[in-house]
Parts: sequence; structure tokens; C-alpha cells
Amino acid sequence: MANNKRLITILIPIISVLLGLIAGAIIMLASGYNPIAGYTALWNGAFGDSYTIGETIRRTTPYILTGLSIAFAFRTGLFNIGAEGQVIVGWLAAIWVGLAVDAPMIIHLPLAILASIAAGALWAFVPGILKAKLGVHEVIVTIMMNYIALFSANEIIRKVLTDGGTTTESIPATASLASPWLQSITFYSRMHYGILIALFAAVIMWFIIERTTLGYELKAVGYNQHASKYAGMNVSKNIVLTMVIAGAFAGLAGAMEGLGTYGTISVMSGNINIGFDGIAVALLGANNPLGVVFAAFLFGALKEGAGEMPTGAGVPTELVDIIIALIIFFVASSYIIRWALLRFKKGEK
Amino acid sequence: MKNSKIVLIFALILGLGIFLSACGSSANNKDTDTSANEKENASGTEGEVTDFSIAMVTDQGGVDDKSFNQSAWEGLQEFGEENGLSKGNGINYAQSTGQADFMPNITRLVRDKYDVILATGFLLKEDIQKAAEQFPESNFVIVDETVDAPNAASVAFAEHQGSFLVGVAAAMKSETGKLGFVGGIDSPLIAKFEAGFVAGAKSVNPDITVDVQYAEHFSDPAKGKLIASNMYDNGVDVIYHAAGGTGNGVFNQAKDIKQNDPDRQVWVIGVDRDQHEEGQIGENNVTLTSMVKRVDVAAKEVANLAKNGEFPGGETLEFGIEENGIAITTSNEEAMTEDIIQAVDEWQEKILNGEVEVPKTREELKTFEESL
Repeated sequence: MANNKRLITILIPIISVLLGLIAGAIIMLASGYNPIAGYTALWNGAFGDSYTIGETIRRTTPYILTGLSIAFAFRTGLFNIGAEGQVIVGWLAAIWVGLAVDAPMIIHLPLAILASIAAGALWAFVPGILKAKLGVHEVIVTIMMNYIALFSANEIIRKVLTDGGTTTESIPATASLASPWLQSITFYSRMHYGILIALFAAVIMWFIIERTTLGYELKAVGYNQHASKYAGMNVSKNIVLTMVIAGAFAGLAGAMEGLGTYGTISVMSGNINIGFDGIAVALLGANNPLGVVFAAFLFGALKEGAGEMPTGAGVPTELVDIIIALIIFFVASSYIIRWALLRFKKGEK
Repeated sequence: MKNSKIVLIFALILGLGIFLSACGSSANNKDTDTSANEKENASGTEGEVTDFSIAMVTDQGGVDDKSFNQSAWEGLQEFGEENGLSKGNGINYAQSTGQADFMPNITRLVRDKYDVILATGFLLKEDIQKAAEQFPESNFVIVDETVDAPNAASVAFAEHQGSFLVGVAAAMKSETGKLGFVGGIDSPLIAKFEAGFVAGAKSVNPDITVDVQYAEHFSDPAKGKLIASNMYDNGVDVIYHAAGGTGNGVFNQAKDIKQNDPDRQVWVIGVDRDQHEEGQIGENNVTLTSMVKRVDVAAKEVANLAKNGEFPGGETLEFGIEENGIAITTSNEEAMTEDIIQAVDEWQEKILNGEVEVPKTREELKTFEESL
């Protein structure tokens, strides 16, 4: 029975992806494009050569972290829509420290990374404490926090980090995750060491959830708050802690973009979507650290490969978005299906 | 039972993998074939126009933004027609949906061996700078920013001059004495539009007020519509937008108002391209005029220079009123009356002969306003 359940958890995301790709192919056919050429271009765009592989990994890195952030909160029954804002503040903090501090790499880089973690954690602490103490729903607060992060960051970039400009200076090499060596083996892709940090973060999440008392309590709160409270657990503390850890993951994703990919922060015109895509990644990964890593990789590949579809196969970018949306749709509906299945089984008992 | 299911999953994954990798390799073959062909062509017909190729990378507005990117693409298409090139064959574009796409798009075009890569928009500055250093063999052009590299050319427009002239037209047209300005992202470039527009309007009527708002987005029509709705409600009757796709929302709002109440005077001033079509609603047209930035002229000019082996690497090409790079349209003949056109022409004369120095920044605007 347990094995069976586990199998379903693995099967559902795979089937959703296949269904999404097939539905995408049908839409391509119906709109008069060659789906094989389209998917070939997608494949080439993501894994065609060392450059695209490097870029795919680069794009995957922040997805892993935002996916972990959302998955972690999900485990405690919290919906962290605020990953987006946490990424932005993490990014900003990392760049700020990168520019303001002058230190050797061994201090500078960890300091910048810690700053991003702290900023993300702080940004998630606010909705966490509001939820724990006042019962304000975290979805509302985190969404609002996204906008606060976006517009404050833009204003800080304009007024503090630059003199009315739109992009900051590049951070010095001592704070950068970028690696000339990784770049040289991948034809100047922007692949950076952040992927190792992201994978390490996945291990940390697995460890916290599966191997610590804290993780056990968090899961218990996720399953049933009242029962956990009755069992003597501090529910408010666990809610705040979950949000803080989730925020730390998302803030770290911001550092990946800031210290690894761009080395700068620019005035953002609206959402950067790394946080929102993280929701889909967490869903597809079934809130499991390993699943999130695979799901993030799939999303990174899809997003990266999508760029090749218009030039490689003449498939317009809009269609690429539809296909990605379809996959998310099937993943989301599979979630509903599984939920319905579980309900059904419970009813039988 | 359990085992057989696991086997099935692996079979599925493996099948997908084989299917995809098969596709991948076949396409690779195709690619190498065509590039081999291209090389043959190149060596066979040396000196002929066919071996020149140029591609552009859009910013997040996309190639159909009815504005800036579209204009650049039209310029390339025109260049293509004159030289027997078509999309995918000598000219091409890669669309970006966000900052993350810029570098992959640029690199893709470099590897597809385009001779010149044109980037539209100041957002691409950093990436073009990096690309120019990484790929010294390729040539790059950036519009609206300056990039410092021997293999990169920069294209600049005197938007403040054109904005000044539409400011004159707006002030002449306005009945309420209130104008609106909707900017995309608050940045030195868009501030140039703002300063020119305000200066032009105040030159005609020093008491006029201009409500300046930024959408913080170049492709968010909903936001543009919201801002326009507030402005029109507050008595603004002419809005000048410098906001790319966001500006389409301004047009929508003006058209909605016009549709409900055809007698109400609401106007929009278009930007970058002649946006006359965008303003058509029934028999009325809400587009007063457009500040045309001839990105197409610039794109074509650069393409021609590069084709003739005179790529202006390391230089900045300036396009102003004098160079036909900036113009204001009179497509809406009903709205642009004789007096307005005459006034605009007079001020244009003054700009051309140096009598008026149009401000480019908010600071310069302040001194300009004090001198009025």
C-alpha cells in the first residue's frame, strides 16, 4: 500500500509532463506548425551543445531554490506565494553587500550570500509572525510583500545604489559566484557555482524534514494544527520558523541571480517570475526535495529551450508559453486528482 | 506487480529520452548541413549581397509591440526587401520575454553566424557590452544606449527634440490646460521624453500643468489603462506616452471614453512609430500625433553601412530632426489643425537654428522653466 502510494506520487508528475507535451504537440499541429521540429528546437535549445546546457543549468539553479522554498512551506501547510518578493530582496541584499563591502573572497562571498539569506528570511518572517499571532492569511500578506519588495528594490537601486540609473555597477570578483572555468568549458554560458549551493540546499531541506525533530513537528503542524497543539507542540513557533526557512531558500535564489548570473541588479519592470515558477516547480516535484530538483531541471530546460523554438522551428514564442502553461495545468490538475483519490479512499475506509 | 510498474516507468522515460535525443541529433545534422551550404555559398558568391546577414534581439516588448521593436524590425525588413533577404534568410529576430533571455538570444544569433546583431532598447546594454567583449568577431549595434567596444556601434536619438514638438502640439490642443505623461520605466532615457514634452508644452503656455506618471513597465497595458483612466478623470485631455506596450492601454482607455461619449475631447500622443491606427475608433481617432523615432531609418542605415563594409564600430550615430531620425506626424488631419502645424514648424525652426536648447534631463528642465 505504502509502495503503491509512492508509485502514484512518482507517476503523476511524469504523466502530467507527457500529457502536457502531447497537448502542446496537438496545438502546434492545429496551428500549422510541425511539432517534431518544434520539440527538436526545444531540445536543441536546452541541450544542443555545451553552451545551452550551461545556460539550462544556470536557469535551473534559482528554480531549485524557489521550488524548495515553496515546497518547504507546503509541508507545514503554508502557501508561500511570497517567494517572488523574497528573491528580489535576497538579490538586492547580495548585490548591496557585494558593492558596499571590500573584503577578500573567503569573507566577502559568504557574507553576500548570508545577507541574501537573511533578507529573504526577514521578508518571510513578517507574514509568518502575522499568521502565527494574528491569524492573517499568509497568501494575502506574501502577495502584498511581493509588491513592497519590487517597488522598494527599484527605488533603492535608483536612489541608493546608483545615481538615478537603472542598473548597478558589477560586483567585484571577490563576491561573485561566476566561474571563468565553468564559462570556458560551456562556450561563455553564464553557468556558475550556485548550482552546487542549490543542490546542497536540497540536501539540507531533506535533512530538516526527514531527520530532525523540528522537521517532524513541522510536518505534524502541516497535517493537523490542532492535534499538534494538543500533543504539546508550539504551533506559532513552527509557523514562523517554517516561513523564515522558506524565505531563506528564496533569498538564496536571489543571490544566485545576483552573485552568479548577472553580477548586477537592474530596475525590474514587474515580476521576475522566478518565485511564481517556483510554485509550479514545487507542485511538480510533489514537495519533495529530490522531486523539486528534477522539476526545476525540467522547467529550466523548458524555459531555456523555448528561446530556440521561434528561430529554430518558426514556432512563435506565444505557443511556447502555452505549452509550458499546459504542463503546469496538468500538474496542477493531477494534484487535484490525487487529492480527490485520497479523499475517495478515506471515504471507503 | 510493483516491479513491473517500475519497469514500465523506466521504459517510458527511456522511450522519451531516445525519442528526444533522436530528434536532437537529426536536427544537428540539418544544422551542420545548412551551415556547410552557407559556407559554400559564401565562398562561391563572394562580395554579393546574399552573404550579409543581420538579426535583432528585442527587449521584452516583443517584435509586435506596435512601437520601438516593431519599428526596428520594419527597418530590417525594408533592408531585406532591397537586398533580396527575408526572415530566416539573411534577416531575423529573436524575441525576449525578460532580462534572462537577452544573453541566450544574443549568443544564439552569434552562433547562427549573423554578421551584425542589433539590440533594441537600453535594457540590453550590459549584455551587448559583455557579448561585444566575448565575441570580437561579430558586430553589435545597440539602440538608445552607448556601448564602448570597437566592434559595437551605438545609436542615439534626439527624443527630447521630438517630445518638445509634440508638447507644443499638446499645449495648443488642450482645452483644460492639463496634460498627462505616461512613462515606461523611470530612467534617464524616458526622462528625456518627459523633459522635452514638459518644456514644449510650457513654452506655449507657461501655466499648463503636466501630470507625470510612470508605469514601471514597458509591456503592461492594464497598468497603462489604469493610469490613463485616472488622468482623464482628473481633467487631463492630452496624454503623451513613452511606454512601449504599456502605452497600448492608454490608447484603449482613450478609445473607451470616446466610444461612450464621442463629443468628449480626449487625445493620445503616440511614440516611436506613427500610432495613428491604434487610435482609430469608429469614425473618430484619438491619436493627436506621434513622436516618431525612426528606429527603422537607423536600423536600415546601420545595416547598409555594415553591408558595405563600413560598420561604424566604436562610434555613436546620432539621429535627430536634422537626420530624419525624429519626426512628428500629421496623419490625423482633423485634429492637427493648421495653427498647430504652423506652431510646430516654427518651434522646429527654432530648434534647428539653435535658438531653443531643448532640455534633456529634469535638472535642465528646471532651468529651462525658470528662463521662460
